[in-house]
Amino acid sequence: MTLNKNDLRRHLSGQFNAELDAIIGQVQSMGRLVLDQLRDALKALELNDGELAVQVIARDAEVNQLELGLDEACRDMLVQRQPAAGDLRLVFAVIKVVMDIERMGDLAKRVAKAALESSGAPQRQFGSTIATLGASVLALSEKALAAFVAFDGVAAAAIKQEDRLIDERCKAITADLQSFIAAQPEATGGALQLIWAARSLERFGDHAKNVAEYIFYAVYGKELRHMSDEERAQWVAAA
Amino acid sequence: MVEQNNMDMSIRIAHKDAATTASTSPNTTLKAEVKGLDFWYGDNQALKNINMRIDESRVTALIGPSGCGKSTYLRCFNRMHDLQDNTRYGGEILFQPDGVNILDRSVDPIEVRMRIGMVFQKPNPFPKSIFENVAYGLRVRGQKNRSEIADRVEQALREASIWDEVRERLEDMAFNLSGGQQQRLCIARALATEPELLLFDEPTSALDPNATANIEDLIHRLKEKVTILIVTHNMQQAARVSDYTAFMYLGELIEFGATRGVFTNPAKKQTEDYITGRYG
Repeated sequence: MTLNKNDLRRHLSGQFNAELDAIIGQVQSMGRLVLDQLRDALKALELNDGELAVQVIARDAEVNQLELGLDEACRDMLVQRQPAAGDLRLVFAVIKVVMDIERMGDLAKRVAKAALESSGAPQRQFGSTIATLGASVLALSEKALAAFVAFDGVAAAAIKQEDRLIDERCKAITADLQSFIAAQPEATGGALQLIWAARSLERFGDHAKNVAEYIFYAVYGKELRHMSDEERAQWVAAA
Repeated sequence: MVEQNNMDMSIRIAHKDAATTASTSPNTTLKAEVKGLDFWYGDNQALKNINMRIDESRVTALIGPSGCGKSTYLRCFNRMHDLQDNTRYGGEILFQPDGVNILDRSVDPIEVRMRIGMVFQKPNPFPKSIFENVAYGLRVRGQKNRSEIADRVEQALREASIWDEVRERLEDMAFNLSGGQQQRLCIARALATEPELLLFDEPTSALDPNATANIEDLIHRLKEKVTILIVTHNMQQAARVSDYTAFMYLGELIEFGATRGVFTNPAKKQTEDYITGRYG
């Protein structure tokens, strides 16, 4: 049975409704914070702004605190409400998604560290390429978070394809940076930081894709993770 | 959920789908087949066209709000309604392997109750000794050999996981046992006649958590040798002990399927609303 967002407020227990609403709200807050973190980390990288990078690194502790809070809320929900059907799938999805968002926070921090340690020729040559990749990852992640908050399984299903494109672009950037290192070995340190940044962005997108896959599961009770493209297209068409 | 099976959502039985011949699982044997079952208390139709398969050596849970007909349905299986005036059955319950329609008036309800035992909400031991409670059904059946009766009583008490607690006090009155022990004694009494199907009508609603856990463990073990149909208001209990779950509402079977599927992704909105506490 498909789970609709309106269903969250249809329990006989108003307290149950409020608790589920609060959990979704907390996921949204945690997701927004992580997206802000990545946005700032990319800005720090692009502008070579060490102060901003340091702020991003420090703010990761807030992400971790939100993770602990959500873990506790989900544990309470399991113990006190024993959710079933769509509610159970949703709580299960939140438990998984929170781990992904926390990892996204770590990866934003990694990009900020690259901003602290990267400069010079690699940055001048590849800065805009990384910024473009970062903008794509941010756009994909915003869609994934929006799909989660809106319980939009159809939008969630489309994200997998976008993530593949990001993976391909990351591979290309990494190959270019390796060639750059071969040509200018004196700039290896800075270039390696950009490889790390690109790799972190690619992983960030992977976790955002996971967020989308879990809301698809919560909504339809169907696993998107190992579904073929054909199956996914069929499900989306049926939805 | 007790058993992982490969039952797909698509073969779940929903009301009015008339999927009476669909097997609940490809690897199970049919124990009973309910076909077009209706039941009336006077002019009030309490059951409406129930179609369901009961698989052998499996636990099937019946859930639904009060008044949905689940206890009425359970009681059809051992003809309990025969004891009440102005009641009427329609349709069939074909009991396997012989295929006899146990609702047929020509079938002796006493014989039905020998094959289909029942355990009630509140433990209801007879005002007799522990031993005589379990021996009662055997004596009704005409068994006279004392040694055979004693052996069978011991076996039934062992199967009900109460032998070790009562072996030294078989002549004590059954009322001296705790509530949980009395319920297991009642299960032993039902098992003594070696039933093929055991009906449980909210068997733990009057018991504390420890006694409830004992009964639930017992249900797990018993299904090896006897098919079980259980009515419960406790949905976590249905999820824990049953292989299949049927959701009933207003006398109709709304959804019937593998317990895991029903509790994680029910096919019907009414089922979802009930099990998630959205029911008005």
